[in-house]
Amino acid sequence: MTAGTLTSTPRSRPERRPLMAFVRRNRRAFSALLIFLVLLAIFTILNPKVFTNAITYRAIFLSLPISLFVVVPMVFIVASGEIDLSFPATVGITSWVFSAAVRSGWEPFAALVPALLLGMLIGVVVGSLVTYVGLSSLVATLGMNFLLRGIINMGTEGVAIQFPQMRSTTLWQVFAGRIDGFPIIDDFPIHMIWGVLFVALGWVLFNRHKFGTQVQIVGDNPDSATEMGINVFRVKIAAYVFMGIGATLAGVLSVLVNQNWWPTTGDGLLLPTLAAVFVGGTPTWGGIGTVVGSSIGAFIIAFIETGIIAAGLTGYVTQFFNGLVIIVSLIGHRFNGPRYR
Amino acid sequence: MSSRLVELKNITKSFGNVNAVNDVSMVINKAEIVGLIGDNGAGKSTLIKILSGVYSPDSGEIFIRDRKIEGRWTVAKAHEAGIETVHQDRALAVQHTIARNIFMGREITGRLGLIRVKKQYEEAERLMREIGFTSKVFTPDSVVATLSGGERQGVAIARALYFEAELLILDEPTTALSLTETQKVYNFMLAAKEKGSSVLFISHNIYHAYDIADRFVILDRGTVVMQADKSEIESAERLVQHMKDFARAGHRAPG
Ligand SMILES: Nc1ncnc2c1ncn2[C@@H]1O[C@H](COP(=O)(O)OP(=O)(O)O)[C@@H](O)[C@H]1O
Ligand SMILES: [Mg+2]
Repeated sequence: MTAGTLTSTPRSRPERRPLMAFVRRNRRAFSALLIFLVLLAIFTILNPKVFTNAITYRAIFLSLPISLFVVVPMVFIVASGEIDLSFPATVGITSWVFSAAVRSGWEPFAALVPALLLGMLIGVVVGSLVTYVGLSSLVATLGMNFLLRGIINMGTEGVAIQFPQMRSTTLWQVFAGRIDGFPIIDDFPIHMIWGVLFVALGWVLFNRHKFGTQVQIVGDNPDSATEMGINVFRVKIAAYVFMGIGATLAGVLSVLVNQNWWPTTGDGLLLPTLAAVFVGGTPTWGGIGTVVGSSIGAFIIAFIETGIIAAGLTGYVTQFFNGLVIIVSLIGHRFNGPRYR
Repeated sequence: MSSRLVELKNITKSFGNVNAVNDVSMVINKAEIVGLIGDNGAGKSTLIKILSGVYSPDSGEIFIRDRKIEGRWTVAKAHEAGIETVHQDRALAVQHTIARNIFMGREITGRLGLIRVKKQYEEAERLMREIGFTSKVFTPDSVVATLSGGERQGVAIARALYFEAELLILDEPTTALSLTETQKVYNFMLAAKEKGSSVLFISHNIYHAYDIADRFVILDRGTVVMQADKSEIESAERLVQHMKDFARAGHRAPG
């Protein structure tokens, strides 16, 4: 194992320029950013007035944080080698608990507690089905999504919960209020700041914490992880618990923003969330991922929805455009980095 | 103080109806190199995975320094007891860096479970320099998937050496290595013995095993068929002959 005997295969030298090394290490996030900039350019050429106007971005920032709260944990789940299709119903059922508690007179901050506990419990249950019971996460979480949504439907028989006075609560002001006189974007939605903080927390957990590192190792090779003493089941369950927490926060935020809880709350999140994760550069095969890239992916998806209409195109082209962006970005990521497994 | 480091007593492990390890008892003394040999499928890897805490045996007992292990024997406990293993599959996460692989499952953490990335890099770099596992084309930040088979084996071996084991277990560690690299691994084993550590190693190459081991344990279809000191066996050829005899005789040869 000396230098002489190890240099049999010619390879590129280790990168010596720090900036290039940084770009190379984060190439997936950078290519997500590139996709976003290309889209921005296209939309701006189509309708310069709208896309240089701050109000357009405020509209995006109103809904974007809700998806960030599920996109970030989904990066962990996918990197651990699994998938979660049950989070939309988790969003629905935890925000239902929150709404029902507030409705019956709980202080909204206190109502967060049972909602979060339920979200974490669902994470433990789903995670245990995938690990200890050994079910395929694709099928088990699909079933779980129907099951939990079914519980909502049976429990509410389709009746929504309205909160006309929500804006007067402290929770609303802290979590979903507006900031007057924010630079460039007046009336800035506060929850965008929470969303960005959550992404930052996700980045630290994923890249600098034992938890995120072990999530990636488990997804890369569960046998290796076991041989080195990592408890694969526990790591995967922890990822599902993180998803439960994110889903609860997304659900509660959705109720606060809309001042309304519907039995369908969360349903619309499934496909955009998955699209965001993969468009953002987290690969499907597990072992690696990018929290920042996939968060930019969430921005891209939200941007398309708002952008299509704002650009003066009809809403009928949204799906076609979404599909086009997904395919093109996957092709981009494919050629941007080698696939090792 | 006895000279025993590890003792396995009546270890049995089955996978479905495959009796991978069947009533195996053996001892590893302090500062000795034990060669575990046997055909493909003899149960060598299964046995060392039991000793390293990866598998739980169906029955049997493990003693470390004459103390019986109570409760579940795990990888973490084996690590604590000073047992380091280079597994046959190398146990790497290939999409990750060399440094991350060296500290896999035993990350160096500071406050709040945050990983000390720089410290891990420096430690990995120091280790690689010390054992001569260096090159112009890779650093501790290189992704394992970009390394050759021999280099990957180097990462797995480097990891085991980093934690300075009292028992170093190597499961066919030299399969992807050149002759000079193989010699280097043997030198690591001899150095470990010099420092008072023990080595349990599995090799396909009986001639290699004969050169380096102090004692041999031959496994055949899950059963120990022979244990002998090197002094009891005149040459590597005799060892090969023994193995052929057992293969012909089938099970339950005298040991
Ligand atoms: N995880 C497993 N599941 C099922 N069978 C296994 C497993 N591991 C090993 N075996 C079987 O146990 C026997 C011994 O395997 P192993 O210990 O790998 O042998 P060796 O390392 O001596 O070549 C083989 O028949 C093998 O097929
Ligand atoms: Mg083997």
